[in-house]
Amino acid sequence: MLPDKQKFIVFIVLCIVFLSYSGFLYSHLPVSNPNFSITEAKGKTLWQKHNCTACHQIYGLGGYLGPDLTNEYSLKGSDFIHIFLQTGNTTMPNYHFSETEIQELNAYLKSVDLSGKSDPRKFSINTNGTINQ
Amino acid sequence: MELSINKAKFTPKVFILVALILLATGMLFGIIGGLQYILPGFLKEALSFEKTRPLHVSSVLFWILFASMGAVLTYLKEHIGNKLYSNYLSRLLFFLFVVSIFSILIAYFLGKFGGREYWEFPPILSLPIIIGWIIFLINFVFSLGSLKKQPVYIWMWLTGIIFFLFTFLESYLWLFPYFNNQVVNDMNIQWKSYGSMVGSWNMLIYGASMYLMTKISNDKSYAYSTKAFVLYFAGLFNLMFNWGHHIYTLPTQPYVQYISYAVSMTELLILGNIIYGWKATLTKAQKFFHRDAYRFLVAADVWIFLNLMLAICMSVPAINLYTHGTHITVAHAMGTTIGINTMLLLAVCYDILKDTCISLAPYQKMMRFGFWLANSSLLAFWIALIGAGILKVKWQMNSEQIAFSLMMQNLSPFFLVFTISGVLLLVGILLSIYPLFKNHLACFFSEK
Repeated sequence: MLPDKQKFIVFIVLCIVFLSYSGFLYSHLPVSNPNFSITEAKGKTLWQKHNCTACHQIYGLGGYLGPDLTNEYSLKGSDFIHIFLQTGNTTMPNYHFSETEIQELNAYLKSVDLSGKSDPRKFSINTNGTINQ
Repeated sequence: MELSINKAKFTPKVFILVALILLATGMLFGIIGGLQYILPGFLKEALSFEKTRPLHVSSVLFWILFASMGAVLTYLKEHIGNKLYSNYLSRLLFFLFVVSIFSILIAYFLGKFGGREYWEFPPILSLPIIIGWIIFLINFVFSLGSLKKQPVYIWMWLTGIIFFLFTFLESYLWLFPYFNNQVVNDMNIQWKSYGSMVGSWNMLIYGASMYLMTKISNDKSYAYSTKAFVLYFAGLFNLMFNWGHHIYTLPTQPYVQYISYAVSMTELLILGNIIYGWKATLTKAQKFFHRDAYRFLVAADVWIFLNLMLAICMSVPAINLYTHGTHITVAHAMGTTIGINTMLLLAVCYDILKDTCISLAPYQKMMRFGFWLANSSLLAFWIALIGAGILKVKWQMNSEQIAFSLMMQNLSPFFLVFTISGVLLLVGILLSIYPLFKNHLACFFSEK
């Protein structure tokens, strides 16, 4: 049986390492100088307000009913996104977005597109099992 | 005849009752969601998928939270052999969580969202959860008194409670512009918190199942052993650092991938070891006496091994690259949530709500049938999701991709199987829990 003192020491050490790692991650975010415009920020708010993540993914995270939209902007273009947001389709309801809202969502998807690539075919696999973009 | 809910009769069992209702509700919304996969446009105007999914997810998450809180409070009371520090705090916790889940479900029906994965409700509704959880922590700590010479499940519960609070608060860092001003920054912290949060409620569930196994075996020695604590610390290490497998493809710092790859997903193996060790010490008579609860522990054991294989594969970045964003991830999530967490919690429910007010003997056949139906349906459900995932892997790695909608049409046979098996799973679970529910209601509501 482990003495209580040893248990407390292990627990406290793990907590200190965890909190240090968390603090380090908070202070070293992947993108150090983000340039998020007001329009893009409003687009993100709309994205969340309509719970788009229930059906769509960004970087493979989110719902499965609709396609991953990480690079939809560069793949399909803003006009395609514009029309889709205006009309919806068989599965996606028409949210009756205003012209401004469509532009904001388009701007948000453009900023997501510029942040990186989610297509798994664009990655390389290393011999140790890790991956690189 | 008048029915009353006597305040003096309030026990943590009430958490279990609400938990079981939420489990059934969550599965019902899951089936509606499944139908929306196979019948595009189904309920599109009245209850479209952006509502159905959070209704399903939140109901199921609150099933886990309510059942875990009920289990921890009930077992803590048994463990200390005394009353909890404050019955009033338990009632307040219950009240806050009931208000929370009702408000959340109503918000979804009204189309009011916060739009975050898992916690898709408006952020203001997280306040009663945070306050309630702090109350839970206070009640736990003051009821326990001291951590000295405590078995491992007490450590697991305390860890689960503290880390859920930490990660839940962390998941709301996005409210600060510093974290929310770029999609990669936001997702990095979001999935750091979510990955550890899953580990924290696993601590509550695994701790409760370990306590239950201690009861079944009438042997407390393992819960105090060095091996149990070593495995617990290994689990805690995983909780803290294995979350990166969610974001291997996110353009974040490389060390996030390396650290998570090294430590990921051994927690299930740890639990498998623990259950396996205990099974060997049980006598047949003991097994027979607790057979209903024990059946679910055995089922969880099988699901641990199935999901462990999947988890190990998915923890390797090179394999995760293929499975990420496909239904294989869903199979893993469903396998662990239903196959492991729900089976363990149902075992706990059987132990806590056993035949105290009515005899469950007349329902034995029904419960056994429900058990087998639930587990065989879950297997079909799980395999269908893996099948759909494999086809999606082929699609997303193909150099000449067909349209997303055509790919989804190709997956429809798998969606049909998982929807039908989802219905059968719900029936199986309902047959399993109906007698417990009836017994609990008989105890809870009494004639004046």
